[in-house]
Amino acid sequence: MKKVSLIQMKEKQKGRVFEISAGTGLQNRFMSMGIYPGKEITKLSHFALRGPVAIKVGRSILALGHGMAGKIILEVE
Amino acid sequence: MIKKIFLIGNPNVGKSVVFSRLTGVQVISSNYPGTTVEVTSGYLNIGEEKIEVVDLPGTYSLEPASKAEEAAVFLLKEYPKDEIIVINTIDSTNLERNLYLTLQLLEEGFPVVACLNMCDDTQHRGISIDMENLEKLLGIPVIPTCAITGVGIKLLIERIKEAKPCVRNKFSHEQRWQDIGQIIEKVQRLTHRHHTFREALEDASVRPVSGMIMAIVVIFASFKIVRFLGELLINKVFDPLFFNFYQPILEKLSAALGSQGFLHHLLIGELINGKIDFRQSMGLLTTAPYIEFSMVLPYIISFYLVLSVLEDVGFLPRLAMLLDNLLHKLGLHGFAIIPMLLGFGCNVPGILATRILESKRERFIASTLISIGVPCVPLQAMIFGLLGQFGGFYVAGVYLVLFAVWLLIGVILNRTLKGYSPEFLLEIPPYRFPPLSILLQKLILRVKGFLIEAVPIVLLGVLLVNMLLYFRLFDMVNYIFAPVVNGLFGLPKESTIALTIGFFRKDVAVGMLMPLALNVKQLFIASVLLAISFPCVATFVVLLKELGLRYLIKATLIMIAAGLVVGTLLNLGIMF
Repeated sequence: MKKVSLIQMKEKQKGRVFEISAGTGLQNRFMSMGIYPGKEITKLSHFALRGPVAIKVGRSILALGHGMAGKIILEVE
Repeated sequence: MIKKIFLIGNPNVGKSVVFSRLTGVQVISSNYPGTTVEVTSGYLNIGEEKIEVVDLPGTYSLEPASKAEEAAVFLLKEYPKDEIIVINTIDSTNLERNLYLTLQLLEEGFPVVACLNMCDDTQHRGISIDMENLEKLLGIPVIPTCAITGVGIKLLIERIKEAKPCVRNKFSHEQRWQDIGQIIEKVQRLTHRHHTFREALEDASVRPVSGMIMAIVVIFASFKIVRFLGELLINKVFDPLFFNFYQPILEKLSAALGSQGFLHHLLIGELINGKIDFRQSMGLLTTAPYIEFSMVLPYIISFYLVLSVLEDVGFLPRLAMLLDNLLHKLGLHGFAIIPMLLGFGCNVPGILATRILESKRERFIASTLISIGVPCVPLQAMIFGLLGQFGGFYVAGVYLVLFAVWLLIGVILNRTLKGYSPEFLLEIPPYRFPPLSILLQKLILRVKGFLIEAVPIVLLGVLLVNMLLYFRLFDMVNYIFAPVVNGLFGLPKESTIALTIGFFRKDVAVGMLMPLALNVKQLFIASVLLAISFPCVATFVVLLKELGLRYLIKATLIMIAAGLVVGTLLNLGIMF
């Protein structure tokens, strides 16, 4: 198991959220949308030039900005 | 005694559709998170009682992240808990994520009824939910509904009164999710199915290359369809009605009035070559209805029809994701494209939709850009009508100039305004294919809204122009502004008044240019100026309400500066 940020993950790769290194405000926002430590996430795509990242969490697809994506640390195989 | 019923839930679960079903009040609903930014209320009869129902903007939790969410949470907490009932609308296809807010509501002690919406969608997504068990585990009434078709609404109304607060300890976030995990395990069964074509399409649309290709095709097709439908309606429906049926009646009226005099001038206007000219006569019964019904209304219909399809299918959030990078350069993020697109219909709902953006800085930038660089349908329709005669090249040119101005002002604002812009975080909804009846309902709602707002002001605008012409008051105004309008912009000084009328209605303003026989270049400059300079009075009022006086003045100064610079540059720079 290694730890990478959501940005470093490859497309179509799965990972388990290890921690969210952000302030409580953003942590709560992620939390309410279903991104919390232990949750499995699949990365769908990543736009070039520091663009947004699309992920699949549970049954929903979320798009998040590059900076936000860098704050989500996951454990991958 | 129950005083109010609140509809709350995650964004894009169909609260507004449930609301319409409960109260009969028609509201705009779409397939993207954040359609509802205003609080709407209506009434529901339960037995003898008439209770107010309030539709709140969607929120993921009781800790709000945008102005729209703030309004929702604030209102919810304003009333004593024993005087309200909360209907928590839940997307059944995404039960787990939705239950987070439900648990929060229960922990806060609200009396809650859960309405599991979009139940028809669960089956072919391979989900089955044990409603009875869920009801037991949550301790509140759980009612499956499909608000679009109306299934389950009757049962929901019958059981609303069963809502009661249930005792629940306050949990930490992690514990809450653990709890939800256990509930889901007990009530939800998933059957594995093959990836459907729709899901493959959904995945492709969030990838850079395939997504971009799909977006270009969709936008190009949308634009073509809007133009095609608009022209079809004008040429085959509205123009024939005006010329074949309405004109003969007016000719008789004109003759009866003696072809001149005050009343004739007021109702019919000037005769052009002895005949009524709908485009130039400027009478209350001639030009006013012609502009509204035969030049603008067809495009209102075609634009909103296409927009409704894009909204309901779920295309807009995907577009937002594709444009996130570009919009970051303007101090905004991807979601800001949705208010911009709404602004192409009418700037007012566009600016209202900026409430979904998180910071005031973003809302200021987005609102200013909408009022400067985004022409509304009435203005666009008139530009098509006037400039289009000379060729599509010029029409495209207007859009290109506006886009450049929009981009430039955005970049400048982003560089000069203090503060930063938050990042993009948006749920991308699944593609949905709404029934035609729902699309038409929404179209009718919007067309009605347009007619109610536009017709009186257009009549007033034409009346004003008509009177000013009759009493020859234009000369004075024209004289004062001649140095700017004629000197800088190269327009005849008579067009001053048209630019001024733009403050009331853009369509009437362009209409006023028609009798002036401008050449292509002048028409081009006037069209751009009408878009950039002052938005109409309705937009001003919304800007004031949304931004406050200080920011409104700032925005206005930017508009004036932009108008002066662009008008002069175009006059000096282009040679057609």
